[in-house]
Formats: sequence, structure tokens, C-alpha cells
Amino acid sequence: MKRWLAVLLGLAVFAIAGVSFTLMREMYGHALIDRKSAPFEATSAQIDRGEYLARIGNCAGCHTVRGGDAFAGGRVVDTPFGAVYAGNLTPDRATGIGDWSAGAFYRALHDGRSRDGRMLYPAFPYPNFTQITREDSDAIYAYLIHRVKPVHRINTAHTLKFPYDSSLALATWRLLYFKPADQKSDDKQSADTAWHRGAYLVQGLAHCGACHSTRNALGAPLAGHAYDGAMMPLNDWYAPSLTARDEASVADWPLEDIARWLQTGTSLRGTAFGPMAEIVFQSTQYLSDDDARAMATYLKALPVTRGVAFKPSPKTVSSGRAAAADRGSELYKEHCASCHGDAGEGKAGAWPALVGNRTVLMGNTANLFRVVLSGGFAPATASNPQPYGMPPFYHLLKDDDLVALLNHVRSSWGNAAPALTTLDLLHYRDGLRTAATH
Amino acid sequence: MMRYSRFLTAAAATLSLLSLSSGKAADLPDRLAACTACHGKEGRTINAEYLPRIAGKPAGYLYNQLLNFRDGRRTNAAMSHLLQPLSDAYLRDIAAYFSTLDLPYPPPAAPKAGADELRHGETLVLRGDAARKLPACAQCHGTPLTGVAPAIPGLLGLPAAYMSAQLGAWRAGQRRAQAPDCMGEMAKSLTQTDINAVAAWLAAQPMPPGSKPMAAAPGPLPLKCGGVPQ
Repeated sequence: MKRWLAVLLGLAVFAIAGVSFTLMREMYGHALIDRKSAPFEATSAQIDRGEYLARIGNCAGCHTVRGGDAFAGGRVVDTPFGAVYAGNLTPDRATGIGDWSAGAFYRALHDGRSRDGRMLYPAFPYPNFTQITREDSDAIYAYLIHRVKPVHRINTAHTLKFPYDSSLALATWRLLYFKPADQKSDDKQSADTAWHRGAYLVQGLAHCGACHSTRNALGAPLAGHAYDGAMMPLNDWYAPSLTARDEASVADWPLEDIARWLQTGTSLRGTAFGPMAEIVFQSTQYLSDDDARAMATYLKALPVTRGVAFKPSPKTVSSGRAAAADRGSELYKEHCASCHGDAGEGKAGAWPALVGNRTVLMGNTANLFRVVLSGGFAPATASNPQPYGMPPFYHLLKDDDLVALLNHVRSSWGNAAPALTTLDLLHYRDGLRTAATH
Repeated sequence: MMRYSRFLTAAAATLSLLSLSSGKAADLPDRLAACTACHGKEGRTINAEYLPRIAGKPAGYLYNQLLNFRDGRRTNAAMSHLLQPLSDAYLRDIAAYFSTLDLPYPPPAAPKAGADELRHGETLVLRGDAARKLPACAQCHGTPLTGVAPAIPGLLGLPAAYMSAQLGAWRAGQRRAQAPDCMGEMAKSLTQTDINAVAAWLAAQPMPPGSKPMAAAPGPLPLKCGGVPQ
């Protein structure tokens, strides 16, 4: 009996020592990479390439404050665990990456570590960027070092809540959820090179999954739910599923339409709004035709996991009480029909159709409420320089009216989605009220 | 032949002017429904204290404000959200469109302020206060207070609540412009009493008929302004 206990105790001590050693190595076992040890020569073609890649990775989306100096950092990324502030990526030696070597930069992307070996928080999407090749990393580095204006701006300290602010918590997270990519094993060239290129862009550089993949309670990707849609933390927009037919799957879109949508944010089948309009504006509009087609190839080939494609419903569904239905129809004529058409048919190139519109009908109604309350413009791009905009109805319609109007749209012309209530709306209106006072 | 070529030159000039002022899309007003839903039909607000009229304001001023909202120098969640995915070029087109609208102004609302307050406001607006080193509003915004093209706005035809809210926001640093931020500096040397008086007097003035922004300021500007070509 005593011997059993001793063995058990011994095993426990051994296990604790093992875990402690692994955690300690994760926290402290990585050295500073010095720039002096690794001279780096950049070619102008490499710098151009790096500029392109930095756009597709949308580095500036987080590392540039609105209206601020390019890549000087300071923009806050609000997470459920606290605020993380993007770092200064300009070549300033004291406060930016001027003293970083290309090797240190690659380690940051690939292994999520700062120049001194310190672990970085995964709000910086290194779980995606770990797939970026050394060649592409060097090009982005060359661009940042040689073409970006150095700006002296000391990095803002993160304000994470306990226990997420401890390096022990971060080391544990990394051991559980992060493994640097083994790029060699993934390098096999199959027949479909466009698909491979697309996978590299979607999974890695463009980090689509950072918003579109479901996360667990600790903010890590949930196994088996890649691209299955997720609420954006703290801003009340929904990044729809890229694998659900009734959300944003593009499995049945022609390849050209998908590529064009990435480059313009508009198509007959849907328009980018909210955070995605910003992504198209800042990033995907610059995709080369080949890369846009490659991403389209990969997105089109994603497995469809749920949902059915829209078919006009022959029967009319009840949209609540008859009086509310009349009110909804009346409001539609007054506020919506002049653009979206008397029967929700829209107008090609200008106003999206509401019949079969997935944002109108999908189970998660966050984007529908956000679009109607806050309005928005499609992104301004080279081929669509003067996009159409949707007016915000936050100030114009009362809660009851807004819900009656949406229920009319969701239950007319073959649309048959369940009726909404003012309770469904309240959360989004409150969210905007808070935002408006900031 | 001579006449023909002159005609061609004139036609080309007209065409290039048109493409400059009205942008590329013939249906630009339709594209801007998101603006007019709140700022009123054709950019003329009907009776909303915090939704200013935008029709007929100088194009450079409107453009600067669109940039300020998009880039975070002015804070208004609704405006910022709308402008995030828009390019500088489109913002310039939008500003140009609303600046060209020439629509009548309603008569001013009867002032709620007393005679002393109005007199104080009038003095500050038209003459400033030399002892406090305050230049008159009219020194930059034009003697008829209808603004100066391309970037200094007129001060008439706006509700008192809107005017005092804007001056208050400048004073508190919540409304900002490109550096050097001359209006921020100005507003910080005003008291709340000054602001209320200035807003009350301005809102009580009728719009002079046929008034347009002046082509040039009456004299050199007393302060340097980042958003104004000088």
C-alpha cells in the first residue's frame, strides 16, 4: 500500500517537473536575435513584392492608427481578454523594428516571438502567419525596413485582465493550441497549384480564419470548425461561415465572381459591408488577378458543412400580427423600394436584391441589424471608385417599426425566415448607443 | 478652321471641368443616399439641431471634415463607420457634389438669448477682443460670415445648439483638424459664456440673399490652419 503511494507520488512529481520544464522552456528558452549577426541585402523587386504582401496580409489594418503614421502601431485590438496594442513596425531603431534582423522578423511571424525571444500574444495572428515562407517574410521585412518612414513611437503596453496577462498563461495557451507550421511537409506540388496558392493565402498571409473561424472560450480555433463563422469580438458584426450554404459559402459561385468579389467587394450575389468592406478596401482589392483566382479556387473548394441553398418559398409565412405586417409593407414602400425594388429585386451593379439575400435570411441576424441601423458603403476600389451606400436607419425608425419592416422583408417575395422581435434588436441598438457616446 | 479648333478647345475645357466637378457617375446623388438620409434631401437639413446642412458649404471644408471623420480627428461613430471604406478621391467627389448645391435657406429661428448676450456675441464675431488677443470670426470666415473658398466654412444658417456644441467640442479637444489646428487654439481661448453668446448671435442672423463663400479672405489669416491652403 505504502509502495503504491510512493510510486504514485513519484509519478506526480515527475509529471509536474516535466510540465514545469516545458513551460519554462516555452517562456524563457529562446534567445535574442541580434541584427548585427545577419547582414541583409534587399533588392528593389523584393521591396515591391514585400509591399504587395504586406497589403494582402493587411499589416496596416492593425499596425496603423486611423489617420496616423503608416505602420507606427498603437491601434487597439479589443479582445474578450483585454486590450492588445499593435506594435511599431517602422524602421525606427529605438521604438520600431530598425534593430531587428530578417531572422528575428521571420521568427515573429513563424513562432510568435519578439526579437528578445519573448512570447507574443496571438491577437497578432501568428497561428496563421506561421505558414508564411521565409522568402515572403524577407520581402515584407525588406519593404518595412527600406520603404516605410521611420516613426519614433513607443509601443503601448497591453492591458490584459488577470490571468491572461501572465506569461505562464500565454505559455500554456501556446503549448495547448499553437504549433509552428512545418512548411516543408506542406510543400508538395499537386496538380492544382492554384488551390495550393489559395490555401497559402487564405490560411496564412490573408488570415481569413482569424475572423471567420469559430473559437473556443480561450480564443483558440475550435478543431473541426475552420471557417464556420464567428461573432467578431466586441463589435457586434458576424463573420459568416464560409462553409455554410445559407451563409457565405461560395461553393456554387462561378470562380470569376468570387475573384471579382475579393477585388471589389461587390457582385450580383452580395456586397461587402462593415469590417469586410474595410478588408476589401485596405487589402484584397490589391490582389493580383492570379492570386484572386487562387483564393477563389480554395474558397470554392472548402467543404460545405451545413445549410441549404435558397429556394423561393411557395407559401407565405406569417410575419407576426396583421397590423404589423401592413406597417412593415408600408415602411418598405416608403424607405426601401426606391432602391431595392418593389419586390426586393434590387438593381444589378447598384443595390443588392433582398430576395434570397443571405444577410437578410441567415440565422445569425447581427449583420442584418448592423446594416440597417448603421448603414454603410461598399468599399471604394479601382473598378468601383464611387460605391453606393446604404443609409443608416438608427435615427430614423423606432424599434417596432424597424422590426416590422425587417419581418416584411424576411417573409415576402419567396423569403421565409422566422419573425424577429424587438428583443432581438435591442442588443444591437444598445451597442451602438454605447459606441456613439465614445 | 480657326473657329473650329477654338470650339474644340472650349469643348475639351468644358468636358474636363465637368469631369472634375461632378466625378464619374451620373447618378452620384443616388449613390449618396447614406448622406441625405440624415442630412436631408439634397444635403439640406430640416430642423435637426445636431445634423448640419452640408449643401453649399465650401468643397475644401467638406472634404476636410470627411477626412477628419474617417481618420479619427472628429469623433462621431455613425460618420466614422460610414466613411471607413472610402478613398480620398471619392470623399473629394462627395464634397464637390454637395458644395455645388445652391438651395434657399430658411429664415433664422428667433433667438432665445437676451440682448446683453447677443451684443457680446456680436462684438466677438465682428470685432474680436484685442485685450484678450481674440481675432474676430469675420477675419477668417469672411466679412459677410459666409465662408471663404475653398476650405473655410460659413457661420450662418446653422442652429445655435449645433454651433455651441461644435465650439465646445473644439475647446474640449473632441473635435480636431489637421495640424496646426487653428480652431482648436481659438476655441480654447473662449469661455463657455463666449461660446453661448457667439452661437446665439450667429444663429439669429439671416442668410444674406445670394450669398456664397468669398473667393479670398479679407486679409492675412491671424492663425496658421493645417486644413486651409495659405
